[in-house]
Amino acid sequence: MSVQLSLTVNGTTAKADVDERTLLVDFLRTQLALTGTHVGCDTAQCGACTVLVDGRAVKACNVLAAQVNGAKVTTIEGIAAADGTLHPMQAAFKECHGLQCGFCTPGMVMSALDLVARHPNADEAKIREELEGNLCRCTGYQNIVRAVAQGAAAMAK
Amino acid sequence: MGANETSVIGQSIPRKEDARFLTGAGQYTDDVVMPRQTYGYFLRSPHAHAKIRSIDVAAAKAQPGVIAIYTGADLTGVNGLPCGWLITGTDGKPMNEPAHPVLAQGKVRHVGDPIALVVAETANQAKDAAEAIGVDYEVLPAVVSCVDALKPDAPQVHDAGNKCYTWALGDKAAVDAAFAKAAHVAKVDIVNNRLIPNAIEPRAVVASYNRAEQAYTLYVSNQNPHVERLLMTAFVLGLPETKVRVIAPDVGGGFGSKIYLYAEDVALVWASKHVNRPIRWNCERSEAFVSDAHGRDHVTHAELACDANGKFLAMRVTTTANLGAYLSTFASCIPTILYATLLAGQYTTPAIYCEVTASFTNTVPVDAYRGAGRPEATYVVERLVHQAAVDLGIPQDEIRRRNFIRKFPHATPVALTYDTGNYDATLDEAMKMADVAGFPARKAEAAKRGKLRGLGYASYIEACGLAPSNVAGALGARAGLFEAGEVRVNPTGGVTVFTGSHSHGQGHETTFAQVVAGRLGIDIANVEVVHGDTGRIPFGMGTYGSRSLSVGGSAIVKALDKVIAKGKKIAAHLLEAAETDIEFKDGKFTVAGTDRSKAFAEVALAAYVPHNYPLDKLEPGLDETAFYDPTNFTYPAGTHICEVEVDPETGKTTVVAFAACDDFGNIINPMIVEGQVHGGVVQGLGQALMEQCVYDASGQLLTGSYMDYAMPRSDDVPGIKVGTKVTPCTHNPLGAKGCGEAGAIGAPAAMMNAVHDALLATGVKDIQMPASPHRVWKAIQSAKA
Repeated sequence: MSVQLSLTVNGTTAKADVDERTLLVDFLRTQLALTGTHVGCDTAQCGACTVLVDGRAVKACNVLAAQVNGAKVTTIEGIAAADGTLHPMQAAFKECHGLQCGFCTPGMVMSALDLVARHPNADEAKIREELEGNLCRCTGYQNIVRAVAQGAAAMAK
Repeated sequence: MGANETSVIGQSIPRKEDARFLTGAGQYTDDVVMPRQTYGYFLRSPHAHAKIRSIDVAAAKAQPGVIAIYTGADLTGVNGLPCGWLITGTDGKPMNEPAHPVLAQGKVRHVGDPIALVVAETANQAKDAAEAIGVDYEVLPAVVSCVDALKPDAPQVHDAGNKCYTWALGDKAAVDAAFAKAAHVAKVDIVNNRLIPNAIEPRAVVASYNRAEQAYTLYVSNQNPHVERLLMTAFVLGLPETKVRVIAPDVGGGFGSKIYLYAEDVALVWASKHVNRPIRWNCERSEAFVSDAHGRDHVTHAELACDANGKFLAMRVTTTANLGAYLSTFASCIPTILYATLLAGQYTTPAIYCEVTASFTNTVPVDAYRGAGRPEATYVVERLVHQAAVDLGIPQDEIRRRNFIRKFPHATPVALTYDTGNYDATLDEAMKMADVAGFPARKAEAAKRGKLRGLGYASYIEACGLAPSNVAGALGARAGLFEAGEVRVNPTGGVTVFTGSHSHGQGHETTFAQVVAGRLGIDIANVEVVHGDTGRIPFGMGTYGSRSLSVGGSAIVKALDKVIAKGKKIAAHLLEAAETDIEFKDGKFTVAGTDRSKAFAEVALAAYVPHNYPLDKLEPGLDETAFYDPTNFTYPAGTHICEVEVDPETGKTTVVAFAACDDFGNIINPMIVEGQVHGGVVQGLGQALMEQCVYDASGQLLTGSYMDYAMPRSDDVPGIKVGTKVTPCTHNPLGAKGCGEAGAIGAPAAMMNAVHDALLATGVKDIQMPASPHRVWKAIQSAKA
């Protein structure tokens, strides 16, 4: 059975007929070619697939595309400025060396945006606690935590 | 360091690769889309050990969307997967090397062993069809422990028996003699816990066949595409290398687990010709747990003979190593060549003997995982040293100082010759960074809160920069271990560098560009580094063993030297001067003692527009390739100091501080080096305190997901202090030693020594990794009883 979808992705309306069991992450990656959202596990544990749904961080591997019908979805491809200038959080990750292989990075950045929205003044302990849903195997988290703090400060300006 | 290098060397320049990763523009294997692509899915064994009586694919083939289903019987002309290193046993015989079929041939030997490949129009259709395949199994008893596998009544994984080899290194008679006269013998029994690497990008493949060219293209998440191609073509499929192009695009972490030639890669390449359409496969995480090569899994008894002053006289080590069900690509050399050779550590111990028996079990194959043999060796050495200090009442830093090697080069009794190092310097600095002087006060303060503080040291050594090919060959390597680099200067002066060193997080695109920009005196923005494609790069042995800068970087330097040498000839012609009078500095070819010069870009243009050019003596173009084969290993070393706090009520261990002072030789980009240490230390923390691959007695993997296998998360780890001291490597042009594995090598020993130190007063003498709350709490309760 297919489901009719209409949602806004990175500010653009997307309409499609999808198999009812299609996951949001597969819809984004396969139908919309937004391959920045990654799949790192199948148990909603690693967070590489994190996107914003109506402003809240959601693991896109654990949500059916049909469940977000009508919602506003933001992916890693949708946060830089139109002229390509990096979002302050993206810039902070670069400046702080908050990424190595880059695979968990989109999910980390999207989680960080959600974190900042809820806790604009989070200290290191709070940032570490809040990023608990995103696994990184490369960085040891130290520079990610630094990047999130720096990105949050830049966003507050 | 060369005279021509400018300040770009040694700078923490932000990474060139970051922009694409941060905007979702990275191109990982699963992001590659092909016209007419199909989807592959592997049916895997649910049993650890079973005979396959029959496989019925008829119903599955009739399912919607199914294009083809292949089993082991279909793979005629496909050889088994090879092992790249031959170990010769103490009996003089070659190791037991059983066949490693691509798809099961009559028997399955571990949960996850692939049985059939289903190719369908969609991933879900392939998966659905796999469920309809009927396999009639005769389940056999299984063995999972490497020690149990060697018992006479153990289930036999292979017809030729469970023992792969018994191998030894060192002078047994000298060791026995030293033990006989020792004032004290420190002893430890160690289980080096089995780990699952867990790069966050699962393995992935897109395989296709081009009928016009009769050639295959394989996109694969892999650390060494040329090695993948060599093994696949020459050993398994019997194809010429010219007919297979392997591309490892952006790769989301490797840590060793993506070095190997995997069964899935071969099956998909083979099948792509048979279905005449591209096939893609993305490993699910639960599949990765039962099919990616695992790491470590040693059981060891070790003894250190000392005189009354704590001077080390001899070391004796007996290890049993688990190889899993089959020999993975480099499995055989990890618990031998990369392990026993490191047992001298940073110490002058004059006699060492190590005997290793490796066995097959009904578990996933075990191979190199970040550090590969060296973390295991460091753990043995540093647990022994810690125990000897405790036994003899000597402070931990003091016993190390009494035994440090201080004269270089130093030939160890286990086959290596260290070229350089300064172990006092890294120990001193680490102690300052860790504020060891303030530890007693912190311990007392913690005690007031009912908590136990401990401090642990690990003074580690690694052998990196694999490897002198002739030495490796003499030790059983079935391949060379050089690296290739090509420097292509384009007509307008931009430089494209082709390297065999693949980057999957290490930042080669930046570090290597710094090397090139520094040497040529050009802007780093004008340097593009290309890696990961056998169709574009001359050759490569790939990325593992912290070899990229010291070996791959050195190949690039050699190619740069050729570029500069040719540039001097061109400049001499343009400047009407003798070639011997031309100097190259800061991006300019200058006639010595004059202000007459040609910029690098002018010389490049002349090479490609050779109107005024010595065509009778010199070829046009400026494009040079070099192969670099190191003359020795490199020896990164350092001291890591860990401070832990144990809550005796819950058994929970918290790492409250970690200081790492390392000597990686010369450093090109300190920011990247620090990042490598952070990541390595946290993987070491995972091994020491959290991670444990657990099989039940029937061979079922109990830790088969992120809900069961505890990987460090952001709130599990402390801030890590990183410091460096430099003694340049003496035998490569960059003076670099390698930094990728140090954290994972030093951290487990430092953390576990700290745990033992914290628990000393409770009477607990022996805690194995991971020091989980349950394990620590139980040990404290047992000690009380």
